[in-house]
Amino acid sequence: MRKLIATIASKPSGALGLGLTLFHLVLAVLAPWIAPFDPTVQNADAILLPPNATHWMGTDTLGRDVFSRVVHGGRLAIAVTFSAAVVATLWGGFAGIFFGTVGGRVDEYSMRIADAFLSMPWLLFLLLIISIGGAGPLTIIPTLGFFYGVAVLRVVRGAAMQISARDFVTAAKARGEALWPILTREMFPNLSDILLVEGAMRWSWMLLAFSSLSFLGFGATPPTPDWGLMVAQERGLLSTAPWGVFWPCVALSSLIIGINLLADAVGKALGLDRATAAAV
Amino acid sequence: MTEPLIKIEDLSLGFTAKDGRQAPILRGLSLELAPGETLGIVGESGSGKSTVALAMMGYLKPGLSVFRGRAVFDGNDMFALPEKQRARLRGSSIALIPQNAGQALTPTLKIGQQIGEALRLHTALTAGERGIKVLELLNRVRLPSPEDIAKRYPHELSGGQQQRAAVAMALAGNAKALLLDEPTTGLDVTTQAHILEFLRSLAKELGVAMIYVSHDLGVIARAADRVAVMYAGMLVEEGPTAEVLRAPNHPYTRGLLASIPRLGEPGIPASMPGMPPAVGSELTACAFIDRCPQARTACRDGVPQLERRGGVRVRCPFAGEPAPEHVTALREPQVQEARALELRDVAISYHKPGLMERWLKKPEPAPTVDRAGFILKKGETLGLVGESGSGKSTILRAIAGLAGTRKGSVTLGDGESLNAPVAGRGRETLRKVQMIFQNADASLNPRQSIGEILMAPLKLYFGLKGAEAQARAEALLEAVRLPARYMPRFPGQLSGGEKQRVGVARAFAANPEVTLCDEVTSALDVSVQAAALALLTRLQKENGSSYIFVSHDLAVVRAVSDRVAVLYQGRICETGPAEQVYAPPYHPYTQTLMGAVLEPDPDTAPILLANDMSEKAPPATGCPFQRRCAKRIGSICDTVVPPAQELQSGHVIHCHIQMSGTEAEKIGVAPELLPAE
Repeated sequence: MRKLIATIASKPSGALGLGLTLFHLVLAVLAPWIAPFDPTVQNADAILLPPNATHWMGTDTLGRDVFSRVVHGGRLAIAVTFSAAVVATLWGGFAGIFFGTVGGRVDEYSMRIADAFLSMPWLLFLLLIISIGGAGPLTIIPTLGFFYGVAVLRVVRGAAMQISARDFVTAAKARGEALWPILTREMFPNLSDILLVEGAMRWSWMLLAFSSLSFLGFGATPPTPDWGLMVAQERGLLSTAPWGVFWPCVALSSLIIGINLLADAVGKALGLDRATAAAV
Repeated sequence: MTEPLIKIEDLSLGFTAKDGRQAPILRGLSLELAPGETLGIVGESGSGKSTVALAMMGYLKPGLSVFRGRAVFDGNDMFALPEKQRARLRGSSIALIPQNAGQALTPTLKIGQQIGEALRLHTALTAGERGIKVLELLNRVRLPSPEDIAKRYPHELSGGQQQRAAVAMALAGNAKALLLDEPTTGLDVTTQAHILEFLRSLAKELGVAMIYVSHDLGVIARAADRVAVMYAGMLVEEGPTAEVLRAPNHPYTRGLLASIPRLGEPGIPASMPGMPPAVGSELTACAFIDRCPQARTACRDGVPQLERRGGVRVRCPFAGEPAPEHVTALREPQVQEARALELRDVAISYHKPGLMERWLKKPEPAPTVDRAGFILKKGETLGLVGESGSGKSTILRAIAGLAGTRKGSVTLGDGESLNAPVAGRGRETLRKVQMIFQNADASLNPRQSIGEILMAPLKLYFGLKGAEAQARAEALLEAVRLPARYMPRFPGQLSGGEKQRVGVARAFAANPEVTLCDEVTSALDVSVQAAALALLTRLQKENGSSYIFVSHDLAVVRAVSDRVAVLYQGRICETGPAEQVYAPPYHPYTQTLMGAVLEPDPDTAPILLANDMSEKAPPATGCPFQRRCAKRIGSICDTVVPPAQELQSGHVIHCHIQMSGTEAEKIGVAPELLPAE
């Protein structure tokens, strides 16, 4: 593990990715101590102030400190999407390994179903489920996890098919090993790298998806400080008070870029080619 | 003497570590090649043979750099030239034909277009002239109907044809030298022999210099005027091929030659113990010292110089001494009366009729394997030999339960049926049949330690766990002569030969009654191969195991087998005791195979009987070999399944040609089978 981190940090892009990701995680955890103001407290005397010495990133339409909101703005998004990424990687990974190993008709039919899910306009579908189940994390996490898990499934299944064609799996089958030991002992250790990279990639995509949901009013609910929601609320003032939109965007993009670079570096350090790992 | 075409002077190259330490792959190599000469570079994996060949083109693999020395091609100091000029020389004056010609051709371009492209790059011909030249080149490499071939895509050609097309492309630039990296590795013996004969005549005809890089001394013996033997990045012996092979001077060359199984000599060849020094390590003594039977303290005083002895250069000061005799260990037959396995009239087919085919009641194609039958006795080794597509591995897979049988029966010695696939077999039945795979690299899980790998079957079949399993696994390692400290290691930390030993140990963990060996030595270097063969033989003697040994290498099969079955297109052509199958009378296919074998002997030449073609599927009726047979006697071969003629005890030939015992030497034809006048 230490060696892996050293390899990742040895390249500028890897170091940047690791740095950005860690920076955001630390920021999210320590937000209450870092933010100079309460992110939800409104101040009628300080509405739409441009960046100044007290309010580094200015204030929004309700006079809230943009810096404090940006610092807090990733907490919910990171927590929700990270959980959803874990769900997606676990179920998609397991199903992918299973179908890639079993093959045959079971695999064939299941993949057609997976393709059907992949071809759905998932954002609309998500909105439908959320409008039925409510906008809480308990709806969003399983839903995001399920939909992104299908994509993980496709990728992992492709890789698993290659592994299961190797002789050591044939040897285990010929030996008469049951399916479970083949999946866990022979297949999984050879696919854990891909799962790790896949999980990280999906996480970054989910961050974008969650922010989109918030933007549309289905993710975080006001007055929660959230990047997507902040952009939605302040977008009308883009020309007069751009700081309310600009800073949440910078925060979101830098985290997504960071995770992407990190996932890339992890993949390279583990000897994976992203082209093969993320080719859906 | 004419100016050499290629001159390598004291060339050292390798990796440079971050701390500036140099890890050499080539160590002060000097070599010359005259125009039109053919040179063979031979060595085991890691000896640097491919690196030398690439250096002749001024090419270094990424990460390598030249420490000192030069490589001069046709008056150009390759490493001093700017990359642009070097690239121009490459492909025009000196062309590389890579190991896998099929993969080196662009799959999406037709053969004619690819050669035309090479012509456009390297010549000033107009488009029309290029079209003519393409056909001329295809004709020159003796491809049948060039117009047709030019319009085909690479995958539509057979392996041998792809190789020829690659040669045609290399010739497009009027190359003065052709570099062939393992030109025939992966090709069938008959194709290999045809390609080599073709390259030989091409070299003579065009006066092109050729450099063969190969691990196979048989190929070098046939193809090259001079041979350079490499070891640990150095030349250890270099000289005229015939001289070197007849009277090898360096102990390594001798060991290498002794470790090659020969068709004419049964028994396990002598193996060379030990391993070459790690690539890039620093040498203070003779690189071969740890493996040399003649080593002495004087060998520790630095790396010996290359000395001239007659026409040969040798890197050993004691080369003049008489060599210790390498002994070929004769196998003592361990065959018992009891049966271990019996196949009766087995047919195997991978064909699954689609819905349309079932509706239309289309006739099924001939099965991949048909009429396969043999008996394996306890303690016996049965060799299955044949070219790729002969169905030998398919038979193994069926016995192991990985492929279903269509027809016939497979039974163990005690009458237990093996007709069911793996899922339908009991654990005890599964235990009795074990398989060792061709590629040890792929058959060991890279993420499991050697201990875990060996304990899996122990847990599965005997329920062994913990210390008990540990102890048993260590005993297994001991049995294959690997130290117990290998238990926590991972396959990636082992050499090829060691990995194969683990594969053998895993099979023996089950204490099987029948062990299936699928090309188990074909991925190993010859010196390691000999050791692996000796290991299998010793385990057989100790445990009374029965083997089915599949290989495309006739000499290897001869070395280890009591009985041999020769397969073509999934049908047995000839079967019998090894010494009888390897002696006349032969089935025409056996004779073809035997004739094509290249031995590391400068005095033998291959005899090419059947034409070089690959058949995709067995013929629907008659003799499987009908389309290639040089001794076809008539339409009967196409229509009637050849009868089984039993000659001496157990020697059976499936052929329409009468093989009477008395007329065994000259193959006669039964009068009633002669075509009517």
